[in-house]
Formats: sequence, C-alpha cells, structure tokens
Amino acid sequence: MEKIFQKLSISSATLVFVILVGIFLTLFSAAKPAIDEFGFDFITNPDWNKEVTISETTAPVVVEDMSDEIVDEDDMILDEDDDVMFDEDEEDVMTKTIYGGLVPIVGTILTTLIALAFALPIAMGIAVFLAEIAPKNISHIVGIAIELLAAIPSIIFGMWGLYYFAPIVADLVGGYQVSLLTAGLVLGVMILPFMAAITRDSMNTTPGVLKESAYALGATKFEVIKDIIFPYSKTGIIGSIILALGRALGETMAVAFLIGSIFVLPTAINSPTISIPVAMANNFGEASGLGESALFYLALILFIISFAVISIAKFYFLKKAH
Amino acid sequence: MTVMNIKKFSFTYPKVEHPSLRNITLPIKKNKITALIGPSGCGKSTLLRSMNRIHDIYPGNKYDGKIELLDEESGKMRNILNIKKENEFIELRQQVGMIFQKPTPFPMSIFDNVAYGLKIAGLKNKTELADRVEQALKDGALWKEVHDRLGKSAMGLSGGQQQRLCIARAVAVKPEVLLFDEPTSALDPISTGAIEELLVELKKDVSIAIVTHNMQQASRISDYTAFMYLGDLVEYDKTENIFLNPKEKKTEDYITGRFG
Amino acid sequence: MRLLANKIFLALSVLSAMIGLAFLAWILITLFIKGLGSFHFSLFLNDLIDGGLRNLIIGQFILAGLAAALGIPLGMAAGIYIQEYGKGRYASLIRDLSDIMMSAPSIVIGAFVYAVIVVPTGGTSGFAGAIALAIMMIPVVINTTDNMLSLVPRELREAGIALGASKYRVILDIVIKAAKVGIMTGILLAFARIIGETAPLLFTSETSNYFSLDLTQSFPSLTVSIYDLANEPEESSRDLAWAASFILTVLVLIINLTGRFITRNKD
Repeated sequence: MEKIFQKLSISSATLVFVILVGIFLTLFSAAKPAIDEFGFDFITNPDWNKEVTISETTAPVVVEDMSDEIVDEDDMILDEDDDVMFDEDEEDVMTKTIYGGLVPIVGTILTTLIALAFALPIAMGIAVFLAEIAPKNISHIVGIAIELLAAIPSIIFGMWGLYYFAPIVADLVGGYQVSLLTAGLVLGVMILPFMAAITRDSMNTTPGVLKESAYALGATKFEVIKDIIFPYSKTGIIGSIILALGRALGETMAVAFLIGSIFVLPTAINSPTISIPVAMANNFGEASGLGESALFYLALILFIISFAVISIAKFYFLKKAH
Repeated sequence: MTVMNIKKFSFTYPKVEHPSLRNITLPIKKNKITALIGPSGCGKSTLLRSMNRIHDIYPGNKYDGKIELLDEESGKMRNILNIKKENEFIELRQQVGMIFQKPTPFPMSIFDNVAYGLKIAGLKNKTELADRVEQALKDGALWKEVHDRLGKSAMGLSGGQQQRLCIARAVAVKPEVLLFDEPTSALDPISTGAIEELLVELKKDVSIAIVTHNMQQASRISDYTAFMYLGDLVEYDKTENIFLNPKEKKTEDYITGRFG
Repeated sequence: MRLLANKIFLALSVLSAMIGLAFLAWILITLFIKGLGSFHFSLFLNDLIDGGLRNLIIGQFILAGLAAALGIPLGMAAGIYIQEYGKGRYASLIRDLSDIMMSAPSIVIGAFVYAVIVVPTGGTSGFAGAIALAIMMIPVVINTTDNMLSLVPRELREAGIALGASKYRVILDIVIKAAKVGIMTGILLAFARIIGETAPLLFTSETSNYFSLDLTQSFPSLTVSIYDLANEPEESSRDLAWAASFILTVLVLIINLTGRFITRNKD
C-alpha cells in the first residue's frame, strides 16, 4: 500500500514534467513547416498572409492580397505545402502565401510594456498602502478587494474595457478606441493586483527591528520605506514586476477585445494592431496548412519568451526558502 | 533487569564528517526511569531518538555498535540497528514509544487521537477500542477531565492536557519502553508537576528514558542518570550517586552549575 | 521639507489604493447595471438557441467540474510527492516547473491540447476543453498543496511515525488533515480561476447553442459564448453577453469568497 501510494505520487509529479516538455515538443513540431519555410525571417517580416510572386530568377514581388479573390480553377496548382499557387499562363508567374510574425510580436511586447508602465506606480502605491500605511483591518479588507480584482475573469475586462474604458481613453487621447494603448492600459489594470500582492509580501519580509531602528532615529515613514524597506525587498519587487510581465505577455481575451486585430504595425501609440495571443485566438479556427503552422510558430515564440521571462523572475529574484 | 542495552554505540548524521555520539554504553533498566542530562549539543536527544530509530525517516545515518531491545515474548535481546524492513520498523515503534517536547495532538477528536496507534495496529472491535482508550486516558491522568467530551477536537485542550493526551496515546499501545524528549520544557510549572507525577506512576508498567535539561527534574523523578558531554557518555550511575557523589570532575562541574 | 515629502508620498499611496478600488468598483458597477438590465429568470430556463444561458452555465460547470476531477487528485498527489517524498533535486525541479506553468499563457495550452487531442480525434470536444482546463489547474493545486503541507510542523509527522504508522498513513491521516482547510481554500480559488477561463476553450471545446451533455462534441461554454456574442453586430447579442458576464462574475466571486471565508474561520 505504501509502495502504491508512493508510485502514484511520483507519477503525478512526473506528469507535470511530461506536460511541459510535451507542450514544447508539440508546438515545435506543429510549427516546423513554418520554421522550415520562413526561418528566422519570420520574426522580422511584417507581412501576414500576403500573396507573393516568385519568378524563376528574381526575388519575390508583392502582387496582390489573396483574401477575397475568386479563384479560376484552371489556374490553380497546389504545391507541396498545399499553398494555392496560380500559374497564369500568359505571364508564367508563380505565387505563394507568406507569413511574417513581426506585427503580433511587436504588439505583444508593446502592450505588455504599456501595461507595465501604467501598473507599476499604482501597484507600488497599493503595496505601500497595504504593508505600511493602513491599519491592520483596513489593510485586510482592501487587500481582499484588490485580490477580487484579480479574480475577475479576463473576458470581463474585455467587455468593460471595450464599452466603458476605451471610449474614455479615446476621448482623452484621440484616435481609435481599439488600439495598442487601450489594450495596454486594460492589461495594466489586470496585472495591478498581482504586482501589488507580491510587492506587499516582499515588503512584509523586512524585519521589524530594522524598521524600528530607523524610526528610532527620527526617520519619516517615507524615508523608512525609501531607504530601508525598498532596498531590503528590492529583489522581490523586481521579481514581481518581471513575473507580472510574464503573465501579461500571454493575456488573450481582454486584449482581443481592445487591440483592433489587424496585422498592421502601429504607427502611433493609439493605432490598432495585434498581439500573438489575439492572432491565435482569431485565426486558429479557419487556419490550415502553412497558415496554421505559422500560428504554431507564433505560439512557440510566445511560449519561449514567457518561459524565459518567468524563469528569470523566479530564479534571480524570487528565491523562496523552503 | 535490563530492557534495553546500548553497547559501544556511535552515530553520525547524514553528510556530516564527525559522529555526534561516540561509543556510548548504557543500560535502560526495566520499570525504572533513566534520565539523560547534559549541556546543549551533548547528544542526549540524538541518543534518545536512536532508541526508536526515528532518525531513519531522514535517510543517510551511520550507525556503529549495538542497541539491543528485550523481546518480551521470547526473553531474547535483539539488535534494533539491524532493522531494515518497513514492518520491522513499525513493530519497533509499537514497542518503543516517544513523546516530544512540543505537544503533538493530531487533528482529530480526543478519542481518535488515543485510539490511533491501536487502529493502525489493526484493532477494530469498537468495545475493545473504547476500553483501551479509557484505560489509556486513566493511565495518562486525563480521563477525569475529558471523559465527557471524547468526541471533541484535541486541539481545544490546554498545553498540559495535550501533552498528557500524547502520553495516553503512546501508552495505549502498551509499549515496553517510553522515550520522553524534554516533555515539560514547553509547559507551565503546574502542568510540569502533574506530568512528573504521572511519569513516576507510569514506570510501574513501562520502562522510561527521559531527556531533560532540568537537573532538578532529573534528580526528582529518575532512578538512574546518565551525564553526557559533546557526544560522549561521561558518567552513568544511580541518580543519588550522580547528584551527591559524582565520580567525574565534568559531572560535578555540570551538577554544580559551573557550565551548561 | 522632509515632512512635506512624507505627506505627499503617503497621499499618493492612499490615492493608488483608491485607484485600485475604483477600478474594481467601476467594473462591478458596470456589470451590475448592464447585466441586471438584461437579466431575467428565463435566462436560466432557456438555452442559447432560444436566447437563454442555461446550457452555457451548466456546460461551463461541467467543463470546470471535469477539469477539477482530473486536476485535484493529480495536483494533490504531485504536491504530496514534492513536499513529503521528494528527495531534493528532482522534487525541486518539479516544483519549479509547476510554478512556471502557473503563469504560462493559457492560449498556448489551448493550442497544445488542440494539437494533441482535437486534431487526432477529428474535432473539438468537451473532453479536450476539460483537459485544457485541467492542465491549467494542476500547477495551482500543486502550489497550494505544497505550501500548506510545508506549514505542518515536523513534530506532528514524527509523532505519527513514533506510534508505528507508515509514511502514507501519516500523510493521509495526519498531515493532510492538519492542512485540510488551507488546501480546500487553495482548491476553491483554483476552481474559481478556471471556471472563468476562455482562451483554453476557444479551439478545444468551442461552444454550442444547444443544451448538451455530450463531451465528445463541441460543448457549451459560458465564456466562449460571451466572446462570440460580443462580436455579433446585434444589440440583443450584446445585451445577452452582458447578462452572461454578470452571471459569470457573480459565480466566480462567490466561489472565490467562499474559499476565503473557510480560511477566515480558522483565524
């Protein structure tokens, strides 16, 4: 009985390992066709689902966008990737569809940075309030309220963001309601509670005697926080920021409502664009062949970036004593 | 008569270079209280915890020498350091019980706490269980206080009551030897007194080894005393001799408070 | 001057807390007004095909319930391994990997399940969706089990062993019991989290307009349908999306607060 229990227990633990490795391998193998086709250029190419001509000797030239052309059956040839190519007999020119991930990658990074810039000061302020300023029972209640903000499903943020928050931002800043900016700001509201909670917990690890010594020297609360607590909990705070960054990278639903969902590089902070999770959410249903593979390529990139960012946060900054 | 024989016993913790116990030879006499005293770090708890091999829940310990336990049925002594199999460990611990410094009531009712050792040993008969629990609680001097609330959680008892509960729990399985690791150091003086009285009563049925850093306690209740220092057994004798007429200088220094 | 800086700083801090609370209030009030405005009891009696939400609510519970049935035992068993049986580096590795997966993008998990289950089985299914949710739940359950078990004092385990109990009995009868309340709270919070998820379901179980208990097909989901409804041009769809959002949020908050309430009594 003891043996059975032990075996069950270690198998479940190993399952975690298996799933993680499985995710990586699955994404990689599903993305492989796109990786083989586009290589690292995928990361720098802004053209998604663009029809491109390739003549026998010269470089690809953009001919037309394939999205809503009526296809003439005689002209259709399917190449190995199942991409539709046109062999227009008169001009003897071949075309293929290419996918470039630059726009969603840029969108993902920029929305996350905007979210961070917005959330950071507020989250720090909340953490300070909860850890040092509020009396115990208020801190407890406000703390719970902030955690409830974290509990609200992301799709709700999308709804509220689109119909209530975005119009206000658009009024203040001008431009489109669905844009990099509104998506980033709502994302910021979403990571606020997380950052605040971890920062507060870090601040609370500061030994009471250290704080008391500073007060005993006549320091103000601000000075104690600035000179004693923040430096002491510095690594934990940075860790919370990076971890929040890691989470924001993968957020889908709220951003899907607010970013605009077009594969166009943003020209200004209030331009509509797209992010990796949103590209996946919108296109997975209809994608196939190379297009689907390109989406998996995006997923793989997102997975690797998230994994790296979260690992950095965990291992350099958030070392917990067990 | 001897119920446990420790012969030239040395012990090293895992991943540590030097042994924490060196060549200890010491008897535990039947139906007597043997106290292990000495300054912090002398190894008295380490020695006690070797007697029920509870060290072995953390792997990697090194043993030398023998610890022999009297098998009451056959009358023979067997070396408990040879035990390797799970069921032998379980048997050992049913014969040699332990009470810890911090009271450790399980998160269950008072009844279930005391019955726990019996249940896992396979006793299912409800009446017999109830009888054994009642007897154990009486032996543990707790019955009067809890007999009308056996179903209530043990966590609601006071510190002294919780420790007596742990004693009743250990006594319920009718062990040969009971090991006490500083059982009163976390308790108030009145509870301490109650437990000291209890120990003197208990030795009629069990043999007791007690680690204590309280010399007065040792001199009050124990029949034999072993003084340890830095992993060595310095002196072992009847308690009166240790306290009134110690043979070793170190013993005398410790008793008179020159160190420790 | 120092006192002024202090006052300003403290004021800013209080202001931040108020901003945080304001956002919470704004969202909840919005939900309340828009949601209640479109709310009526027939929503619980009709399925989406008839303009109600019944199949979606029940479906979401079934998906989350199935995910929990998978995720809770697996997560607890793994958490027990890490805390009670783990021998050092492997246990630490699993703990770290699990921590990382807790923050992993949910849409990537959806893509993974799509590739390994939806594609080979030829279509979306409730099972695929539930598995995606389970994969999200497991790391959270591991984390909470691991943490709560680590709070149980060492002596309690030793006392069990000293009575002759074998390790697994000590774990089941004593240690888990001692950590029971904390673990339950953690599980409830994890459940509240996955019942509100959308991304992992988008292309694994999608959703359905009809009442269904058939987990081998697309399965009704409240969250996915909110997304669909919000994208439809009709005003009535939008209103329904708000009502659904309101109900979803109320559910999630109730489960979340119940979890916290259980622990509060322990203090």
